Amino acid sequence: MNINITIIWSSIAFLIFTWSCYYFIWPPIMAAIRTRQKTIADGIENAETAARDVEQAEQQASEIMRNARLEAQTLLDQARSQATALVEAAKTEGREEGERLKAAGVAEIEQESNRIRESLRGDVATLAVQGAERILESDIDSDKHRAMLEKLAAEL
Amino acid sequence: MATGEVTSTEYIQHHLTNLTYGRMPDGTWQFAHTTEEVASMGFWAIHVDSFAWSLGLGLLFLAVFGIAARKATSGVPGGFQCAIEMIIEMIEDIAKDIFTYKNDYVAPMAVTVFVWVFLMNLMDLVPVDWIPHLATLAGIHYMKIVPTTDVNVTMGMALTIFAMILIFSVWKKGLGGFLAELSFHPFPKFLAPINFLLEGVTLLTKPLSLGLRLFGNLYAGELIFVLICLLFSGGAVLVASGIFLQWAWAAFHVLIITLQAFIFSVLSVVYLAQAYDTGEDH
Repeated sequence: MNINITIIWSSIAFLIFTWSCYYFIWPPIMAAIRTRQKTIADGIENAETAARDVEQAEQQASEIMRNARLEAQTLLDQARSQATALVEAAKTEGREEGERLKAAGVAEIEQESNRIRESLRGDVATLAVQGAERILESDIDSDKHRAMLEKLAAEL
Repeated sequence: MATGEVTSTEYIQHHLTNLTYGRMPDGTWQFAHTTEEVASMGFWAIHVDSFAWSLGLGLLFLAVFGIAARKATSGVPGGFQCAIEMIIEMIEDIAKDIFTYKNDYVAPMAVTVFVWVFLMNLMDLVPVDWIPHLATLAGIHYMKIVPTTDVNVTMGMALTIFAMILIFSVWKKGLGGFLAELSFHPFPKFLAPINFLLEGVTLLTKPLSLGLRLFGNLYAGELIFVLICLLFSGGAVLVASGIFLQWAWAAFHVLIITLQAFIFSVLSVVYLAQAYDTGEDH
């Protein structure tokens, strides 16, 4: 264990090595590490943002889905009530049409019966004249007795 | 290994002697061939082996980390870059936790200390006879390949740290503030000389303990490797136990060398943080 000049040379070597490390090695490696750390930190942050965005988008999507379902339900309800209304209207119309047809029929029948009654009345008058002719054995001048016959027919 | 011509003492002595270049008593500069010659060379001699190995390992550190720095990409790093970054970040995190002040120099210094000391310690795991034996074949008499078993290397680093402590202390607290810190506690001001003595010893203990701890651990470890190696010159039982002990001690030493490098590095940062620490009262 001899202390000698080696101690000073070691000191100098030590200083040179530490300084070289400080000057040549440290800056590029530290820069690389710091840059990479920043890149990774940014990446993590981006991923978190993206996850938040996805969550938001999912929320929006479910909102839209819910709205769509509600709208569909409303439409369905509307359609159903419209259909009911249509059916009701058709029923009413049908009923009215039936009534109308029935009334028309009744009117027609009445007309017909009137007409028949008229013709019957004419026939009765003729028959009555013929009958009277036979009874009287004489000609009844239809022209002369028209008035009487018409009066007779009106009484029938 | 201890052959017939070499006694165990000589073997151990040989392994613990540095390759020293210096001025012989007769005035010539040359490599020492005996431990007596080494001792006679005095302060101006240099341990060529430990200095060369420490220099080489330091350059290896700079080269490897330099390549990583040159290729450093902020994109997806390769395995090599990851490994280098892991070492740097591990030490940097610890250094930043301990040393909370603004100084860009401390963290790189801590990394340099850790890796360099680790590499120097790592030489301890190279079987003790390989390189010295090769050196002997090449005509080099002594060869200690673990620089941290040379107190000059460890104390060289520790004293540099000490110089930084003094410089930072005076820079941050002013000379007066630094002296006041040393003089005005733990006891009241009128006992300033006693305080100064106590705090001065505390201050001086820092580099001493820092350097000697590393040196002592590695020197002792190396010595035990050498002693285990002596077993290989014995009979079959001794050789077998030697093999086992060599393995066991090496496995244990893997922890020691890492731990010692780490301790040296972290304590350096702690001491520098204390030098920066103003306005405290402890």
